[in-house]
Amino acid sequence: MDAKVLQQNLLELIRRTSSQLPTDVARVIDKGWRKEKKDSTGKYALEVIRDNIGMAKTKSQPLCQDTGTIICYVDLPSWMDENTFKKAYDKAVVKATKVGYLRQNSVDSITGQNSGTNLGPGNPAYHFHPAKGKGLKVRMMLKGGGSEYMSTQYSLPDNRIGAGRDLEGVRKCLLDAVLNAQGKGCGPGILGVCIGGDRGSGYLAAKEEFFRTLDDVNEDPRLAKMEKLILKEANTLGIGPMGFGGETTLLGVKITHRNRVPASFFVSVAYMCWAFRRNGIMMTENGKISRWLYES
Amino acid sequence: MLLEAPFTEEKIRALKVGDKVEISGLIFTGRDAVHKYLHDGGKPPVDLKDSIIYHCGPVVVKEKGKWVVKAAGPTTSIREEPYQGPLMEQFGIRAVIGKGGMGPKTLEYCQKVGAVYFHAIGGAAQVLAERVIDVPNVHMAEELGAPEAIWEFVVDKFPVVVTMDSHGNSLHEQVLAESKGRLEKLL
Repeated sequence: MDAKVLQQNLLELIRRTSSQLPTDVARVIDKGWRKEKKDSTGKYALEVIRDNIGMAKTKSQPLCQDTGTIICYVDLPSWMDENTFKKAYDKAVVKATKVGYLRQNSVDSITGQNSGTNLGPGNPAYHFHPAKGKGLKVRMMLKGGGSEYMSTQYSLPDNRIGAGRDLEGVRKCLLDAVLNAQGKGCGPGILGVCIGGDRGSGYLAAKEEFFRTLDDVNEDPRLAKMEKLILKEANTLGIGPMGFGGETTLLGVKITHRNRVPASFFVSVAYMCWAFRRNGIMMTENGKISRWLYES
Repeated sequence: MLLEAPFTEEKIRALKVGDKVEISGLIFTGRDAVHKYLHDGGKPPVDLKDSIIYHCGPVVVKEKGKWVVKAAGPTTSIREEPYQGPLMEQFGIRAVIGKGGMGPKTLEYCQKVGAVYFHAIGGAAQVLAERVIDVPNVHMAEELGAPEAIWEFVVDKFPVVVTMDSHGNSLHEQVLAESKGRLEKLL
């Protein structure tokens, strides 16, 4: 594949991810908007959010000014290698920052200096895997700081909330996380959850749940049931859009699990804001985008 | 309702929790680095008397020699909780715009000095950027970086909701208490 073409495709992926909300998320926001009481501040918040979704797409500008951490998952076929890909994606990121699809969001943690380009140690965050087929698959997510701030990890048993080492304990953790988040993570939000794993793998798996669409059903019937239950219960808490009060507190819950060592029982909760920016493409060896992975 | 500059104490004291307000006039952005700088004794590069500080790290680019705001929604305010109240008092800041609300210390200062907390819709960067009609100047951009700089925004009918007023009321406290009660019943 020509390096220029690859870079252009990746720039287009970044543009769409930053400016277009996936349709599966927009649909649930619409549903929430219909549910909120007339003239309430909750309904008002969702009205502004719906206007914003339309406007960002039309103007081809960021849905949210915090274009977040750039997280990139790549499935590499035999004709592509990590270094070639990184070079092209890095260039696309620099260009996207220059034209305002992305904010200057990479700050040196020691000196406080902003690189101005979105490049730096750990930025963007790459995750490479071998591809199953012949296509090059690129998925990305832009995760804002406000929502990341509300992500949290529990170690069970947790005496403070009376959560033991079972699914009932997990339920208590998740509802506690929603209560603590209130509107601060730009709700209505979405929970990505991992039961088990270690502290690192748990958070990673929790975040990867955000690549699932909101309307899909968990293959594990126990987790499918749990996802449904938490969504329903969280939406009775009355926190509402932006924490203004109302019916729509969560838009979705996605849960996975990992084995753990006998001593540990972590529940990792990643919180995603309503401005849920993810997209992905499949590319062929001759440089064509053969498919967009999400409708937006 | 409309709120137009100058942002006097009288106008601010008249506001109540739940009011949907549209702000017109000059406001300043300021977030983590600016609050820390002022708290550490730094001199403000602009006059903050009767001002509104917007917790916002915008996307701004220069087009044909002019600053153009590409995205400008609010950032999480609670990080400024240690600084906000004392800075309101010291410099005469009349209001802040942000998201997520602030804590008891800020609420106390709102009452004491006659200030309010305006909640903008988090993530609504386009709707809000559209209401920024001019960017006359930027301060401290070199040392702090664009998202942390003090931007001068002239806004027209900038939409916000009062969630903390100068009479000791906080919508955030109310919703937290209510949702806590409901969760206790669920568990």
